[in-house]
Amino acid sequence: MTELILQAKHIYKSFHDPIKVQVLTDINFSVSKGEFVSVTGKSGCGKSTLLYILSTMDTDYEGELLIDNILMTGKKEAMLARVRNEKIGFVFQFHYLLNEFSVLKNVMLPGLKLNKFSAAEVEHRAMEKLKMLDIEKLALKNANLISGGEKQRVAIARALINDPHIIMGDEPTGNLDKKNSDKVFEIFNRLTNEFNQTLLIVTHDQSFAERTHRIIEMEDGKVISN
Amino acid sequence: MNNSLIINIARSLLLARWRQTLIAAIGVTFSITMFITLLSFMAGLNKLLDGLILNRTPHIRLFNEVQPNSLQPINESKEYKTSYNFISSIKSGGSRQEIYNSGAIMNALKKDSRVLGYSPKLTAQVFFNDGAIDITGIVNGIDVLEESRLFHFKDYITEGSATDISKVSNSIILGKGLAEKLLADIGDVLQLTTAKGEQFSLKVVGYFQSGVQDFDKVQSYASVSTVQKLLGKPGNYITDIQIRLKDMAMAPSMAKEFETKFEADAEDIQTANAQFETGSSIRTLISYAVGITLLIVAGFGIYNILNMMIYEKMDSIAILKATGFSGNDVKRIFIFIALSIGLFGGILGLFFGFGLSSVIDQIPFKTASLPTIKTYPVDYNPAFYLIGIIFSLITTSFAGWFPARKASKVDPVEIIRGK
Ligand SMILES: Nc1ncnc2c1ncn2[C@@H]1O[C@H](COP(=O)(O)OP(=O)(O)OP(=O)(O)O)[C@@H](O)[C@H]1O
Ligand SMILES: [Mg+2]
Repeated sequence: MTELILQAKHIYKSFHDPIKVQVLTDINFSVSKGEFVSVTGKSGCGKSTLLYILSTMDTDYEGELLIDNILMTGKKEAMLARVRNEKIGFVFQFHYLLNEFSVLKNVMLPGLKLNKFSAAEVEHRAMEKLKMLDIEKLALKNANLISGGEKQRVAIARALINDPHIIMGDEPTGNLDKKNSDKVFEIFNRLTNEFNQTLLIVTHDQSFAERTHRIIEMEDGKVISN
Repeated sequence: MNNSLIINIARSLLLARWRQTLIAAIGVTFSITMFITLLSFMAGLNKLLDGLILNRTPHIRLFNEVQPNSLQPINESKEYKTSYNFISSIKSGGSRQEIYNSGAIMNALKKDSRVLGYSPKLTAQVFFNDGAIDITGIVNGIDVLEESRLFHFKDYITEGSATDISKVSNSIILGKGLAEKLLADIGDVLQLTTAKGEQFSLKVVGYFQSGVQDFDKVQSYASVSTVQKLLGKPGNYITDIQIRLKDMAMAPSMAKEFETKFEADAEDIQTANAQFETGSSIRTLISYAVGITLLIVAGFGIYNILNMMIYEKMDSIAILKATGFSGNDVKRIFIFIALSIGLFGGILGLFFGFGLSSVIDQIPFKTASLPTIKTYPVDYNPAFYLIGIIFSLITTSFAGWFPARKASKVDPVEIIRGK
């Protein structure tokens, strides 16, 4: 019996600006623990839009979203923020680190926010994640002084800090060269194999998708193969 | 919950933009400095001006007004009771200036717990004989000790000693202007003629300068018994009793009470000097208005800088929200930034305000009419400092509130998609 981490049930989404455009139509799928799932599809088919809904950041949709078997639809903003903090890790295409902080502090922030461990413990865990990703040397550097590939690895370390149920990525390798994107794939692969980490990654990169456990293919706001 | 993290993030955002932050803080510092200085100076001035009058004025003055009797005989007559009587050229008859039964009144005042003290007084019109010409003047008979305790008489003695008029018999303290007219030095003996034509000689023991030139040109002081001698009156003859109360606000009602109780006229300070209150309160109002205007301008500065900061930090706000910080957390971060600018700038402003007031306090300010004042008056009232810091926190939190709310409403999806 596999444990369900994420379930999307009949999700519809449309934009009303300036005219009503249906972007997602009846999206149904689920992700089980330890799965490495990729979402592919042509540009503009609604992948990012779907991911923002699944990540609880976008609440303006129809249908139901369950994370860890708990219904997210209709929950309060503060409550959803807590879910994102505790159960979801993010990796974006444009690394999105806080430039005011060091690499280490960037990784620590969601951990400090969760407030489950003491600051010293969070720091220790952050160092472990950085070591695992082979970037512990960068720990005390300022976040805006490191390379794009390094930034993406820092973002992954940050996503991991609270041991989330699922890591979501919107084209995390989209902005990287072949060598760096292979590195990122290797990290993801290791996370599923060694730590049974659940991953849901949107990608354009066909070779990247083919190496994952499962591909969800989208077209015009619908899932065409799963 | 998790306050230290909020403060930590706020501090990092602040330090990353320390130049703008500093400018915002300097705006607050400047306005608080001016606020404190203005209020201290204005209050000092108010106290000085009020003191000129209030310190010397009794809260209630008991006296007997020389005035025509309101009960004229014709009105009392049965025959003309019902008619309307016109009487012209009424003169003040037989009434005396003396306060009847002054000893009993003073005893009653001594026992009254609302009364801080009283001092008896009487005056004599005299001519000072200065060679061929006579100069009119007034000799006030006072109890020096009480007069000093209650009405700061000693403060106005510029030369000589106030207590000498009670120690040296037949001595007098002259108004500065009067002494100049008479060319009288301390130690000189003056000849004077009373209204009844009797000659006396009094020894000059000091000069008196009240701040009001016309007053100093005619007034002089001697002990009560000396003046009683000048008038040829017995030892219980008193024309005025000056009363100082513990609470000045009670003067009008107590004046009415004393009027009936002691069968004398009683005038309260509020009636005698109505214009002073108005002057002080308007000056205070103006200084508060200017101070608050300055603070509001500083508030707009903070508002602008925070708004700019939020536009610059959109990405950071989005990522904070994506990684689990709620809108409320983000709001608290920015309010904390605003408050620390307000607190830091405000406290600095208090110090500078104190410094600037001390500088003003050192600037020489000499005027012939105010002998006791050497520098500009400054009132170091702690209340101004408290009001200053509270106002700076209130304006900065208002200035911070709107940008902070805007930050809390930032939609991370929009920012992330927009990249
Ligand atoms: N705020 C918006 N208002 C109106 N239409 C929008 C808005 N955001 C996205 N869309 C439309 O929704 C559709 C899906 O966009 P989305 O970004 O999800 O595509 P995508 O699959 O992620 O594309 P890409 O692979 O290029 O990232 C697009 O047609 C886009 O124009
Ligand atoms: Mg996209």
